[in-house]
Amino acid sequence: MSIATISKSAPYAHGTSSVQKTMFTVLLALTPATLFNLYLFGWPAIMLFTITVGACLAVEAGCLSLAGKPVMATLADCSALLTGWLLAMSLPPWAPWWLGVLGAIFAIAMAKHSFGGIGQNVFNPAMVGRTVLLISFPVAMTTWIVPHPLFSVGAPGFFEALAITFGGHLPDAVSSASALGHIKTELSRHIPVTESIIQTPALMDMLFGYRAGSMGETSAILILAGGLFLMAKRIISWHIPLSVMGGLFVMASIFHYVDPTRFASGTFHLVSGATFLGAFFIATDYVTSPVSERGQLIFGLGCGVLIWLIRNFAGYPEGVAFAVLLMNGLAPIIDQYTRPRAFGRNRKGEPLPLGKERS
Amino acid sequence: MWIAIGSLTVMGIILGALLGLAAKFLAVKENPLEEELKEMLPGSQCGQCGYVGCSQYAAALAKGEAPVTLCPPGGKAVIEALAKKLGVTADTSEHEEKGPEHAFIVEDICIGCTRCIRECSTDAIMGANKLMHTIIVDACHGCAKCVKVCPTDAIVMVPVRVTLRNWHWPKPEIEQTHSEPKVGHAH
Amino acid sequence: MKIFPIRGGIHPDYRKEQTSEKAIVAMPMPAALYIPLQQHIGAPAEVLVAEGELVKKGQMIARNQGAVSASQHAPTSGRIRTVTEVTAPHPSGLPQSTIILEPDGKDEWADLPEPIADPFAADAHTINERVAQSGIVGMGGAAFPSAIKLNLGEQKKLHTLLLNGAECEPYLTCDDRVMREYPDEIIDGARIMAHALGTPRVVIGIEENKPQAIAIMTKAASAFSNVEVVAVPVQYPMGSERHLVQAITGQETPARKLTADLGIVVHNVSTARAVHDAVRHGRPLVARVVTVSGGAIREPNNVLTPIGAPVADLVKFCGGFAQRPERVVNGGPMMGQPLPSLDVPVVKGTSGILALTAEEINDRPADACIRCGSCVTVCPCGLSPVEMSAFIRKDKLEVAAKLGVMDCFSCGSCSYVCPSHIPLVHYFNYAKGVLNDLERERQKNERIKTLAEVRVIRIEKATEAKRAALAARKPASDSAAPANAGEAKATTEEKANA
Repeated sequence: MSIATISKSAPYAHGTSSVQKTMFTVLLALTPATLFNLYLFGWPAIMLFTITVGACLAVEAGCLSLAGKPVMATLADCSALLTGWLLAMSLPPWAPWWLGVLGAIFAIAMAKHSFGGIGQNVFNPAMVGRTVLLISFPVAMTTWIVPHPLFSVGAPGFFEALAITFGGHLPDAVSSASALGHIKTELSRHIPVTESIIQTPALMDMLFGYRAGSMGETSAILILAGGLFLMAKRIISWHIPLSVMGGLFVMASIFHYVDPTRFASGTFHLVSGATFLGAFFIATDYVTSPVSERGQLIFGLGCGVLIWLIRNFAGYPEGVAFAVLLMNGLAPIIDQYTRPRAFGRNRKGEPLPLGKERS
Repeated sequence: MWIAIGSLTVMGIILGALLGLAAKFLAVKENPLEEELKEMLPGSQCGQCGYVGCSQYAAALAKGEAPVTLCPPGGKAVIEALAKKLGVTADTSEHEEKGPEHAFIVEDICIGCTRCIRECSTDAIMGANKLMHTIIVDACHGCAKCVKVCPTDAIVMVPVRVTLRNWHWPKPEIEQTHSEPKVGHAH
Repeated sequence: MKIFPIRGGIHPDYRKEQTSEKAIVAMPMPAALYIPLQQHIGAPAEVLVAEGELVKKGQMIARNQGAVSASQHAPTSGRIRTVTEVTAPHPSGLPQSTIILEPDGKDEWADLPEPIADPFAADAHTINERVAQSGIVGMGGAAFPSAIKLNLGEQKKLHTLLLNGAECEPYLTCDDRVMREYPDEIIDGARIMAHALGTPRVVIGIEENKPQAIAIMTKAASAFSNVEVVAVPVQYPMGSERHLVQAITGQETPARKLTADLGIVVHNVSTARAVHDAVRHGRPLVARVVTVSGGAIREPNNVLTPIGAPVADLVKFCGGFAQRPERVVNGGPMMGQPLPSLDVPVVKGTSGILALTAEEINDRPADACIRCGSCVTVCPCGLSPVEMSAFIRKDKLEVAAKLGVMDCFSCGSCSYVCPSHIPLVHYFNYAKGVLNDLERERQKNERIKTLAEVRVIRIEKATEAKRAALAARKPASDSAAPANAGEAKATTEEKANA
């Protein structure tokens, strides 16, 4: 009796992990924060979210079919869905529809498929999309809105939302600066941080989300919960989130101690902006971060330091996207220098000398 | 303005001089191309390329006078290695990869004339006048010179057998249900 | 005893409960036994018997030849049908020389060598001879001739004999049962081997998922102060000898060296039992316990199988297939070899026959690599499978070699965890095969270059000699013309014979 032709070697056992399962778990971790924020910013946000995610899926399908790859099977791995989701969370909630569509094209077609598709891109696609949009359309990308919870007084109804998202008519007197933006602007007017920080939302508000910003910036606590869930599920390890937040916190705290009028505190930096989203969901992207644990620590530390530098010294108030992209560029060389030590060999690759075998 | 022009000029001269010194004192010693090409060839001086020996073929290759496809015992691997070294493209689409072969003497036909023994470039044939000749497979590298000189056509080339000792897993084939891409080329 | 951690590794679904409580049962003698001449690492054994010859159980039917080889013995009494090519239990499906024996049903032992009365008074050479005579090879699966390993005591300073009772592969329980049912034989064999090796200490490493075996072996070892049983953590691949040594001593065997260079020799527990049988009873290795398991087998069991029994008979003894298996594997699911058919024999290294269903294998077509790094985290050898496989896929095998692919021992942990189901170990097996081929070819080319050069020198010398001879005769040729014709004839004859 002959058995199936032998085309594959051992092992003949496999764990339960799969790409689809991983992506799905990440989406699950993002869901509470997303739902809360969609509620917080109402119909326009829901529409923008749907358009962005839909555009990402459409562009992915288009690129796959142009490349001759199986469309439905590849879409099912949910990676484009995740990119669209993260991109939508980094846009201003009441931004016009074309911002989402253009972002999708930049993220999926330019940053992912032109490199060869999933697994081949050097830079985080969602962050590339956001950054290109930010540089090309600075006003539209920095028009932050005070929260107008769904169904509350003053919140736009469904048809008003259509006008906002598709018509581009932002009602007056709804925009507001984000906390980081406010501090930076005041600093440029020589108002010290110690004073301007009083005007920013209180720490608890920032943590729970009731403030202006992108969907990924508000509700830090729900993002943190999602991130911890991912760590518990072993989708991500502690290395990147800890080193990103640690690097940022330590840098900020040191400089805040040295000059509190010029630099905001470590906790402020941790809870404002997209720090938690960046630390748990963006910097931890498998494809664009180093593969070894040591490399991940270096990568995360670099991100944390760069986030602080950009927020304080660069022209833009928020630095997560730029920091992650810069470190993405360094990830290959970090990988090359942080390869694990092989069993029975020293770091240079030579066999261990006899008598010195205890590593 | 003059300061700018002057300082840039001076900088250019200094840097250019430094580059020149580096080119002289830090130059990388290159191996002669011919030596490297000769190392790549099988080295058994079989003569199937038309040159007297492997060094002659290597010399011709280095000068660019010979194509890279002339060495049958080297097979596709040698053709590709030579092409890579010389930076030329080799058309291997027509090349039939026969795999390693060795000679085999059909004993019923052999007349013991010793012509093949004299011809063999690696002394891989055992025998004497009017006695049966046989191939020492370990020493035979498949140049096929013996096949040409045998007066009774008693020598054939047979593929080297795969045994449990030299079998290995083939390269995994990742199947993807690919249709032809509409844009660009698949690798 | 302090246990040291080992790097990486996985915790697969072990599924040992299917057979762990099944005591060893002997299968009935099959209608024919197929004993390959090579069931071990090294040169095939040399046939000693002829067609039609009658043999008794335990009679040597093939002798070890060369430095690294092992002998084969008749697993039962009967008649030699023939010596011919039979499909090997190997994925290639290639045939190998095999002795076919027809049992006569009497199962009579031959005149066995005398038991060694007091092995602890005998010298190492005597014990090693007996082990070699008995055809004992490593029974954990590697099948390295044990006598050669026992000889290491002469070349290196050794301090510990480490018995490998880890059995880290899923499904396999043969060593577990042997430890539970024959603990005294194992300990005795171990002490004999330790005496031959000159090691004062014996340590037996058993994974914690075998509590009964640990308890029974500890009790059996309690009588001897230099024998210690150690429970090691359940972690695949704890059974890899280098990793077991690291777990027990904290020392990493340097690359390309043996554990013996650290003073430790590792043997499987079943090998120790075989040494006991050979030394105390003169019995050679003629049978072994095989775990027959997997979702497709109707009655999984641990079967005492004669060497050379067809796998088809073994499967039939275990109730046959409950459903058509996706794969039949020789060994464990992580490192075992797939069998081309059931018409292959059980050999000395066959620790298990697994009939696996598609759900158990859980395989899928491969997706693109997403660089998650799980493979790097789990590799027990500290390699980077993600990088090596990418280079192998692009046919840059030399780069993969530089990254250390030759250090890989194909444990399968990386393939197990890969979310994209990339066949990483298959890439590495392919790369290792090709690199070994290239090395063999390189060595052959070196030899051929030498042969060609030697030939050229020889011809030059012959021509030189002829020229000298001609020059010496030249003055004489001026005076005698008939002599010239003779010379000419002589020289052409010489040319013909050169």
